[in-house]
Amino acid sequence: MTPIAFDTSHLLAGGLVLVSFAMIYQNRLQALLRTFALHAVVLSAAVAWQAFTQSAEQLYLTAAIALVFKAIIIPAALRRIVQRLGIHREVEQVVGTGLTMLAGMGLVALSIVVMLDVTAKAGAFAREDLAFALSVVLLGLLMMVTRRNAVSQVVGFMSLENGLILAAAGARGMPLVVEISVAFSILIAFIVIGIFLFRIRERFDTVDLHALDSFRGERR
Amino acid sequence: MIAAFAIQGIQMLLVLALAPGLVGLVRKVKARAMRRRGASVLQPYRDLRRLMRKEVVLADTASWLFTATPFLVFAATWVAASLVPTFATGLQFSWTADLIAIVALLGSGRFFLALAGMDVGTSFGGLGASREVMFASMAEPAMLLTVFALSLVAGSTQLSTVVEVLHGPPGVGLRVSLGMALVALIIVAIVENGRIPADNPATHLELTMVHEAMVLEYSGRHLAMIELAGAMKLLLYVSLIACLFVPWGIARAGDGPGALVIGVATYLAKIAVGGVALALFEASIAKMRVFRVPDYLGIALMLGLLGTLLLFVSGTL
Amino acid sequence: MIDVAAGAALFCLLLSALAVARRGRASLSATLYTLTILPCLAQAAAGLAILGGAAGGQMVLPIGLPWLGAHLRLDALSAFFLVIIGTGGAAISLFAVGYGRHEEEPGRVLPFYPAFLGAMTLVVLADDAFTFLVAWEVMSLLSWALVMAHHRRDEVRSAGYLYLLMAALGTMALIVAFGLLAGADGSFAFSEIRAASRPVGVTALAAGLVLIGAGSKAGIAPLHLWLPEAHPAAPSHVSALMSGVMTKVAVYAVLRVVFDLLGPLPWWASPALILLGAGTAVLGIFNAAMADDMKKILAYSTIENIGVIFAALGLAQAFLAEGMRAAAALALSAALFHAFNHMAFKSLLFMGAGAVLTATGRRDLDGLGGLIRRMPVTAFLTLVAVTAISALPPLNGFASEWMVFQSLLASPRLPHLGLEMVIPAAGGLLALAAALAAAAFVRFYGVAFLGRARSDAAARALEVDRAMLAGMGVLAALCVLVGLVPALVLDRLSPVVTALTGTHLPVQGDQPWLTLVPVAAARSTYNPLLVFAFIAVTASLAAWGAVRMGSRVVRRGPAWDCGYPEPSVTTQYGAGSLAQPLRRVLGPVLLQSREEVEMPAPGDMAPARHRVVQGDPIRDTLYLPVVRAVLWAATLIDRLQFLTIRRYLAMVMATLVSLLLVLSLWG
Repeated sequence: MTPIAFDTSHLLAGGLVLVSFAMIYQNRLQALLRTFALHAVVLSAAVAWQAFTQSAEQLYLTAAIALVFKAIIIPAALRRIVQRLGIHREVEQVVGTGLTMLAGMGLVALSIVVMLDVTAKAGAFAREDLAFALSVVLLGLLMMVTRRNAVSQVVGFMSLENGLILAAAGARGMPLVVEISVAFSILIAFIVIGIFLFRIRERFDTVDLHALDSFRGERR
Repeated sequence: MIAAFAIQGIQMLLVLALAPGLVGLVRKVKARAMRRRGASVLQPYRDLRRLMRKEVVLADTASWLFTATPFLVFAATWVAASLVPTFATGLQFSWTADLIAIVALLGSGRFFLALAGMDVGTSFGGLGASREVMFASMAEPAMLLTVFALSLVAGSTQLSTVVEVLHGPPGVGLRVSLGMALVALIIVAIVENGRIPADNPATHLELTMVHEAMVLEYSGRHLAMIELAGAMKLLLYVSLIACLFVPWGIARAGDGPGALVIGVATYLAKIAVGGVALALFEASIAKMRVFRVPDYLGIALMLGLLGTLLLFVSGTL
Repeated sequence: MIDVAAGAALFCLLLSALAVARRGRASLSATLYTLTILPCLAQAAAGLAILGGAAGGQMVLPIGLPWLGAHLRLDALSAFFLVIIGTGGAAISLFAVGYGRHEEEPGRVLPFYPAFLGAMTLVVLADDAFTFLVAWEVMSLLSWALVMAHHRRDEVRSAGYLYLLMAALGTMALIVAFGLLAGADGSFAFSEIRAASRPVGVTALAAGLVLIGAGSKAGIAPLHLWLPEAHPAAPSHVSALMSGVMTKVAVYAVLRVVFDLLGPLPWWASPALILLGAGTAVLGIFNAAMADDMKKILAYSTIENIGVIFAALGLAQAFLAEGMRAAAALALSAALFHAFNHMAFKSLLFMGAGAVLTATGRRDLDGLGGLIRRMPVTAFLTLVAVTAISALPPLNGFASEWMVFQSLLASPRLPHLGLEMVIPAAGGLLALAAALAAAAFVRFYGVAFLGRARSDAAARALEVDRAMLAGMGVLAALCVLVGLVPALVLDRLSPVVTALTGTHLPVQGDQPWLTLVPVAAARSTYNPLLVFAFIAVTASLAAWGAVRMGSRVVRRGPAWDCGYPEPSVTTQYGAGSLAQPLRRVLGPVLLQSREEVEMPAPGDMAPARHRVVQGDPIRDTLYLPVVRAVLWAATLIDRLQFLTIRRYLAMVMATLVSLLLVLSLWG
């Protein structure tokens, strides 16, 4: 791989981690959805760049799917849901942005340490790519853990999945079928969650997950 | 030898001479962006001359620390500004202080300014001082983490060496850490210079003042010194960002006069672009609440740390 | 040279005897403190001579354990700490010549003061575990006695009690540590401990115990709770000695045992030490930025500086474990240099606080203000210390902090990725601590010395006497001198660093223009002398030019204050208002602080209240459960007091029988 190709993919993958952090920082739903769209754009750029450098045409398709679905359709759909639910002005109380960021930092450090240890024999690019991808996955999880609103949980889940795609694009020879199936399973998950949101809302008048906890009698 | 001293001298005079001009440029562009005509770019020079000629009105309760501070702050800022490579690296005294020491020199300036703010014993002085140290205690770690990231890439904290390594050849390529360092540095620069959105340099409204509240009691030549120091600090940060992230055109140690002329020309272009960008940025956003600023600086802090952590991903380090 | 040092310690003990013999005389205080300067100077000179290359030597005194005797030895490490004790002790004693005159209870201070100095010297000289522990315990008890000098005040009594508890815990940890190291055959001499080989687990355990023992004396978190209570409770010159010097003796204990006796720890021990140090630094200085009492602020800031020193020691361990000797030498030099600097500026600051206390009788920030006009010399000398401790160039505090940062930057060559990641995080914490230190000391100095006087006592304050000023002046000069020419200390350090890491920094005195070059000129340089010269020249030029080319007219008038001047002094920013922005930002995380607003209902005439509630997470989560457990156990055992004699006898017999049973089963 030429230095410039390496540098660019390094930059794009690192950018993805950065946008993940930006998502953790956002506490307004609309801004969060915009950031998520950016996340998908960066992802599709990273994947497209991989397609270009590896001359793997099927990756272009993956990039296109990411761009169309995740950067345009899903954020637009979620925005509509948010507006229809009437929570688009809602400010979500995140568990201390600073603390979440620190935790995220720890997760990034952890994933770098783990991945670089495990993949000691792999090429420089694969190591970097996997370390970044794991960071994105863990940050997505972190977001799901720290958010209360169901919409932001969906976004967290989607960004987690972006991390998986990044990992898949970096590892050569990942069959297209797997990716498509992953993409569609996510889509289905999205639809299911979307429907659920409305069901939850119909029943509890809110999409705050605390309501579900108290329904199960878990809330103190 | 004499040439080397002369170049160092030129750099010192250059930063001193250019600093008010940069402030004037920012004000002018900002005014134009807001559909005002704005004062001439040379207005800050005239302001300084006017202030110098005016008498000093000193509060009854002011002590010697109050009158000494403007000169100390001016000196510390000037020394720091002349140690940052502007048009050439490897100047005669560039080894006097490395990047960490430059940050600390600016810190001394702020330290004495905060003390002077409290010296007269007014409510505004204390208000400015308390907010300034709060900003500083977030901005300084962010700045130092950025310095860490940069000097881990370059293997040195010596600014001239860092610039030469980053400039190449062979250069260090595109690095996501450097991008993060750049953003962090810009955030720190905005806060440290009291620009919008952290502070507004053009207001004397009680609720929004930070820097201005500290220097409220100054007048005459003392105020001139502080204004000049403030302008040089702005120039310092613009030069720092320029020499680290757009080092093209900068002359190296031992280059001939031709390279130096190119260096000066590109430097002037760089700070002009920096000034215009700052003005447009300021014109397009609103000031934030004082207690939002720590969050804003928290981003810089996080980017600095993340940039340092991501350095270790690269196999090349 | 060992005889000079031991003689100095003995002389100190004799001075204590003198103080007891001639108690009650008015002239005793001045005489005694003046005489104490002599042994201090002698041991500083002895230490310097050894660091300059003179032979150390050892000595066995026929006291202590019968088969062992008391081993004393003076090597480079001991010599460096002798210099710290001697310099600090001499300056503080000089200060005390004046300060002692204002002491309310000289009889409770004078007999202990010289002996305390002597005990610290003995700790540093001890060459076997037994002598070390005895000297350590004597040092603890004497400092406790000094803390209790004003025992009639409630807060002093509770501080003394807390200190006694923590000191006992510390000594216990040290005893266990040395027990582990001595092994079954009880070889207590340091030379035997050094020669013995032991499994990694024992090494790590002993290091951890020493960290508890010495760390509690130094004030490392979470064992620091006593320090901000006890250090301020003592008379100011004793506070200076405890904060400036005794904490260094604790650092010495860690160096002696962990670096010298144990040899390199396994690599995984160092990240813990680094993070512990960096975390302590942030916690300590944030508390300092919130505290309202002058001496308490200083005590909290001691915790910060100790944290910095321990973080640097941790770095040195990390480098040593990987055999990176040059980097280890850099980190260790930074730690030792910072220890020296902290002795200078922290003692100076406590003396400044003592001077203010003498002049005004107050140490709460909100009762002071405007002292820069009433006490110009004290104010100037304190300003030097404040600038130094805030790590501002060109003074000494910055020089050592700069070296700590340089050693952090040597980390990317470490082979362990996890360690590499810990170090930038620690760097961020240390940078935060440095910035918070500046904030805390702006507040300290700004409220106490600047502005308008907040009480009559402060408005009527008078400058203190010459002896006190001289004691402060010596250390202020030292701060400036060492700051401008760090080579003065750094080059003396090379025998110490060579003994512990096998190599040392390049000789700083040989560098052109006395530049500080810890690794290589291309990597990092800092020249305080030139920075100072540049600042001095440009500042004077600017002042001259401004008057020459502009106007020289100065008119005095009332403060402008944006057009709303208010004569009441309470409109100034005080200790609480200055702390507010920082407390809002970091308080909820570090101190669980929150603001409570009590708003009466509309129509209700009751006043509204705004209150700050502050906790201490460490006290609440670590200490209070222990306290509760002890109380619970005590209540349980309390029942034993009310038994019949027959039952007591039964218990005695049961104990005896069970012991016999154990013996028979084991034997």
